Amino acid sequence: MSTGPTAFQVHAADNVATLLDHADAGTALRIIGAAQEKEITAQEAIALGHKIAVAPIAEGAEVTKFGVVIGIATRAIAPGVWVHLHNCRSQLDERSGSFDLHTGAPGDNAHG
Amino acid sequence: MVNRTWEGYLRPDGRKGIRNHILVIYTVECASFVAQEIGKGEADVHVIGFPGCYDNDYAIRLMLALGTHPNVGGVVCVGLGCEYTQPQRLAEVVRQSGRPAEAFFIQEQGGTRSSVALGKQLVGQLRARMRAAEVRVPMGWADLTIGAECGGSDGTSGLAGNPVVGRAYDLLVDRGGTAIFEEVVEMIGLRELMLARAATAQAAQELGATYDKMLAYCKAVRQYSVAPGNFAGGLTTIEEKSMGAFAKSGSRPIQGVVRVSQRPPHAGLWLLDSVPDAHFMQFGYTNPNDTEGIMDLIAAGAQIVLFITGRGSVIGSAVAPLIKVTGNQQTYRRMQDDMDFNAGRVLSGERTLDEAAEELLNLVADVAAGQMSKPELLGHREFFLMYKHQDAPPLEAGCRV
Repeated sequence: MSTGPTAFQVHAADNVATLLDHADAGTALRIIGAAQEKEITAQEAIALGHKIAVAPIAEGAEVTKFGVVIGIATRAIAPGVWVHLHNCRSQLDERSGSFDLHTGAPGDNAHG
Repeated sequence: MVNRTWEGYLRPDGRKGIRNHILVIYTVECASFVAQEIGKGEADVHVIGFPGCYDNDYAIRLMLALGTHPNVGGVVCVGLGCEYTQPQRLAEVVRQSGRPAEAFFIQEQGGTRSSVALGKQLVGQLRARMRAAEVRVPMGWADLTIGAECGGSDGTSGLAGNPVVGRAYDLLVDRGGTAIFEEVVEMIGLRELMLARAATAQAAQELGATYDKMLAYCKAVRQYSVAPGNFAGGLTTIEEKSMGAFAKSGSRPIQGVVRVSQRPPHAGLWLLDSVPDAHFMQFGYTNPNDTEGIMDLIAAGAQIVLFITGRGSVIGSAVAPLIKVTGNQQTYRRMQDDMDFNAGRVLSGERTLDEAAEELLNLVADVAAGQMSKPELLGHREFFLMYKHQDAPPLEAGCRV
């Protein structure tokens, strides 16, 4: 087996996996955990701790991790794509969607 | 490794501590400088207090719970002389636990210099009295209460850091110890999962009510327990963070819910509810920072707190040692002076979950036996307390269930 970057899929029903290493765009990622060993090519650079789609997710569909719904896709997400604030929002948190994609800094308070 | 015993400090009220601290408590921000000066250069003195001039029952109960904590042997209370919270009354309650306690007002002492001198003199006297009355006793797992808190969470926290702590909680509970987890605001979407873990029908009812209050609270204040650093670390929503946070509770039945400054009535796994109750002023955020949650856990009697941080945090704690656990190997390498335990080894395959949990619990026993945790070595003793409204639990726990 390759020693390249890996991502961990917690539950068989999950449509995302969490990166255990940084992956550059075009890198083949080994998905371990609940998934039957599979490989997915990262469509863009994805950092350690962030999520990659392991299945196509339609706009408005549930994003699932740990076997539970962690958010709703705000646009269609293809396998290999980084799943984060730009394409997934909370079902409860009204501030979800106002945060900077890379730093997480808020854009909705008095300091702008 | 399974059976560990160490020497603890027997308090007059029968509780057993793993440290022998003296607490200096200020009763208003105006007295905090003097309190901090009294603590300077005194290795066994920890400083806590409340900044508000108007009193708050939640805050008073918490200071009393810390003043009578098993890791504390004596208390000096310092007030300015105008505030609602009365240092003499705090000292009186502490003395009722059998611990020596003193109190004074700065305004009656003449100022900063004379108050600091008096405080240091009182600390010296307390130390001598504690030494004269010191009783050491053997302690084991059944005498231990552990808290767990996470902060600076990232995508590794729910995969490694929290699951390792959860497994260590299982082992501690199986060995007769007490484990407390909190951060109810990070259980969004997990109502059914929580109820399925209830030990009794009563516990299920308490867990359900706690969950419902939490959700109403979050909706009312329109703030969820997720922060910029969590997003930068790969967590996208509060729902995602919640499932990872809940993992630190392990898998054992939940015995029930304790409220802030209340001690679990018996051993096992307990949920601590630190969310404010509905109140006409609706003030205060729950878990405004990690230190607040840690103080709530210690006020419930935790002698040690496990702090799980993926991104890395440099806090420690007053009263009870903090043991820092990270599931992020990069964080562990970058912040080795601050991190006690590398849980990331379960992701790289160097340790199984069981091996890592056993190793972590062994570290807990070492720290209980007197080994300094990394934050202790660095001199950390953070404390935080703010206004909050919570219905009054009895000061002595055990009569509620």
